[in-house]
Amino acid sequence: MAEQVYFEDIKEGDEIPKLVKNCSSQQLVMWAAGSGDFYQIHYDKDFAQGTGLKGIIVHGALKHAFLGQMLHAWIGEKGRVKKFGCQYRGMDYPNQDISCRGVVTGKRQEGGENLVELDVWTENPEGQKTSPGTAVVALPSRG
Amino acid sequence: MTQPSIITDEMKAVIGRESEPQTVEVDRTAIRMFARAVGHTDPVYYDVEQARKRGYRDLPCPPAYLGTPVFHPAGAAPSPFAGFKSPFKRVLNGGTEVEYFEDICAGDVVTSTTKIANLSERQASLGPMLIIQSETTYRNQQGKVVAIMRGTALQY
Repeated sequence: MAEQVYFEDIKEGDEIPKLVKNCSSQQLVMWAAGSGDFYQIHYDKDFAQGTGLKGIIVHGALKHAFLGQMLHAWIGEKGRVKKFGCQYRGMDYPNQDISCRGVVTGKRQEGGENLVELDVWTENPEGQKTSPGTAVVALPSRG
Repeated sequence: MTQPSIITDEMKAVIGRESEPQTVEVDRTAIRMFARAVGHTDPVYYDVEQARKRGYRDLPCPPAYLGTPVFHPAGAAPSPFAGFKSPFKRVLNGGTEVEYFEDICAGDVVTSTTKIANLSERQASLGPMLIIQSETTYRNQQGKVVAIMRGTALQY
């Protein structure tokens, strides 16, 4: 994992390291099993096209979990994810990059914790935000 | 002209009603499977010794994993939607938010209850749409609230 990041080192406007994902259909099947979401639009092309989609699409909840992976990688061993969520605004497809990104929007100390607020989102290859959301993480202090 | 509301009094009556509790298991195999499906490479989700070294009781749940509901072949899972008749058949997942209050680790037995927190409607490009906001509360074996998941379902 990357070096530990500390509360004091973060300021509003900072962009956190981005995480680029690219799902194979195999990964979507693994996610179906791991999450218990077996809706066929995510792995059966004929079924997906029968519902009017151009092909299979990436699960929204998987993109949410990708944002969680990005946060986990950034906050290091001593950080904790407190809250994170996103809306599913646009579809993403397998074999296309899904870029997970985040920008710090604020920081505060509350209940003995050092909290950092962020805007987080996934972006498709055209640069459109397909899953915009927000997050709160707790970071360790140097103090 | 104002469209008549698709939200009936019968539907409104369901808002806030808690579902029956559902048992959610958190075990090592499921944590590893979930972490692998996402693509996590941090050994904390795979190696119990690593997890303990880092202060967890056992493998911790990766972000967004809140355990696996126990499957019963004989019956449907408890739902807050009992008595709720939607005029629509198609569903889209509109969004997910998870808030954590405690670590959740392998070996925990969690109980979840779900309620509909709000109903609203709008004219979308797909036609009239019903927006269902749900809230699921997860309690561990000590009765502590460990997480709340808020979901948005779009029916059309």
